[in-house]
Amino acid sequence: MKSGWLLRVLTNALGVLLALFFLLPLLWFVFAPFNERATLSVRIPEAFSLHNFEVVLNNDTAIRSLVQNSLLISGGVMILTALIATLAAYGFSRGSLPGRSIITYVLLLFSSVVTGTASLVPIFVLIYNIGMFNTYQGVILTLVGGMLPTSIFIMRDFIDSLPRSYEEAAMVSGASSLQIVRDIVFPTLRPGVLVVAVLAFVNGWGAFLTPLILIRNAAMRPAAIAFYQFYSDEGTPNIPLISAYAVLYTLPVLILYLIINARYGFRFFGGIKQ
Amino acid sequence: MASINLTQLRRHFGAVKAVDDISLAVDDGQFVALLGPSGCGKTTTLRMIAGLELPDAGTIQIGAKQVTALPPRDRDIAMVFQDYALYPHMTVAENVGYPLKVRGTASSEIRQRVQDVAKQLQIGHLLERRPAQLSGGQQQRVALARAVIHKAQVTLYDEPLSNLDTKLRLEARAFLKHLQREVGVTSIYVTHDQAEAMALADVIVVMNEGKILQVGSPKSIFQTPQNTFVAGFIGSPPMNLLECTIDGSVLRFTDGSRLPWQHALPTTARGTVTFGIRPEHVTIRPIDEPGTLPATLYVTQMLGGESLVVTHVGEQLVSVRLFTDEVPELPTRIGLAFDPARVFFYGADGNRLT
Repeated sequence: MKSGWLLRVLTNALGVLLALFFLLPLLWFVFAPFNERATLSVRIPEAFSLHNFEVVLNNDTAIRSLVQNSLLISGGVMILTALIATLAAYGFSRGSLPGRSIITYVLLLFSSVVTGTASLVPIFVLIYNIGMFNTYQGVILTLVGGMLPTSIFIMRDFIDSLPRSYEEAAMVSGASSLQIVRDIVFPTLRPGVLVVAVLAFVNGWGAFLTPLILIRNAAMRPAAIAFYQFYSDEGTPNIPLISAYAVLYTLPVLILYLIINARYGFRFFGGIKQ
Repeated sequence: MASINLTQLRRHFGAVKAVDDISLAVDDGQFVALLGPSGCGKTTTLRMIAGLELPDAGTIQIGAKQVTALPPRDRDIAMVFQDYALYPHMTVAENVGYPLKVRGTASSEIRQRVQDVAKQLQIGHLLERRPAQLSGGQQQRVALARAVIHKAQVTLYDEPLSNLDTKLRLEARAFLKHLQREVGVTSIYVTHDQAEAMALADVIVVMNEGKILQVGSPKSIFQTPQNTFVAGFIGSPPMNLLECTIDGSVLRFTDGSRLPWQHALPTTARGTVTFGIRPEHVTIRPIDEPGTLPATLYVTQMLGGESLVVTHVGEQLVSVRLFTDEVPELPTRIGLAFDPARVFFYGADGNRLT
């Protein structure tokens, strides 16, 4: 019995140690933005200051990247991905296409290739040749292409779990196809669509390599790249400014999550007796 | 209200003959139960009547209208699903009113009719809730309300009570029968529970392997099952079926025991036949009484107002139902006596011999 007690203490101690290890960066993220002399080590600032934010907010390029370029790209990726994934997954789930489960699995396999670094050169050539180089559309389409397989897979799983009897009940109740989509299919799909939409938004928000390669115009680059605004010409990062910009960079995603969670909730409410 | 006519209806799924050329006529206002084990084709038949499944061949007529290839919305039907299929994002009132809403009924009239139906089904206090906040029995009533609100010509039920526990199921059964009396609409009811079919239906259609085996009133199905499948499916416990050989005026059973049979035999009965008798028409006698079949006691079960005695005749089980609330003390070896008027003989093809 005594060794069991000792083991519990040891495992708990190890757990605390691991937790601290992973919490340190977050702790840095809380303190550094308010410290004018922040370094890469975690330190409680002697005086809390908003000076870092002041400088960052006055950097027009960085702010435009955030509120315009990043929002445009992420919003576009979110809307297109959610729309296409929902329609495609609905077809895959409810339709009678032969081999449809194989197709979804192959798609999932491809998803790791399309966004992968390995395909960047062909993607660059493709986007350049169809005249979408240096455009938001080029970045959006590339990112959507990368997101779609996973999104379709998630949505298909979700739609598979929705009983067909919802639609069938509406059919025998006398609803037309359009009424069924509007009144039954879309509302019941909404929790799944939200998950995919948020996933796509976050993915577009965090995308770095694709916009770096496909957009040369500095004024059009998203926030993920605009971090370079806070590097000196010699390539030395300005840690205090970067930490403040990072906070601003995180806010939209956090707010999006909070709004959706408060308004709809990431849950599924059942009306089917299992 | 309307009659329903199915003619040579067929639906195969690959090699599986789910529904195999069945024909059925349902009269106006009748309550018909499609009864059979799972996979017998009863649900597929129902779904074809609903228009959720299209037949490979055959026709479906509702009233005077050919509906074989029409979409569900043009058939003027209502359906109660096994899982109820209440829309999770709508309140009870919105669920119940949905069939009226899609027909473009004015919202003031929808509200009025929802109120009326809710009162009739005793769910008036639940109208503002969502399906997830209801108990199984309440969900079931909401599903019923949604099915009766638009006064369709035909109501279809797909095992609507199978998700309720026993007590609720009995309540819902009585309620459904009462509702049926009030509404009086032509109904088709799919179930695998023979007691439910017996209790509710005017006509029972027994199905197996895509075929209709017998159609009749609950009484006639119970009292004169036309084949061994129906005999073995209806009744709880079902009919005892024993293989035996006719040897003049003696029935020889598989364990070698002999039962002298002084009563009339079906004219076509010869060779090996199946001897059928319901457990309530068997009586227990002393082993040495002449004219009885020797059997070995297996178990006795006390079921409240009655007892069930299960015996062995060779390899075959014979149940005896005793209407007594005392568990009888029985010796291991007993004689079984059969009410000759209640004995059926079935031929090698399983059909009743007359």
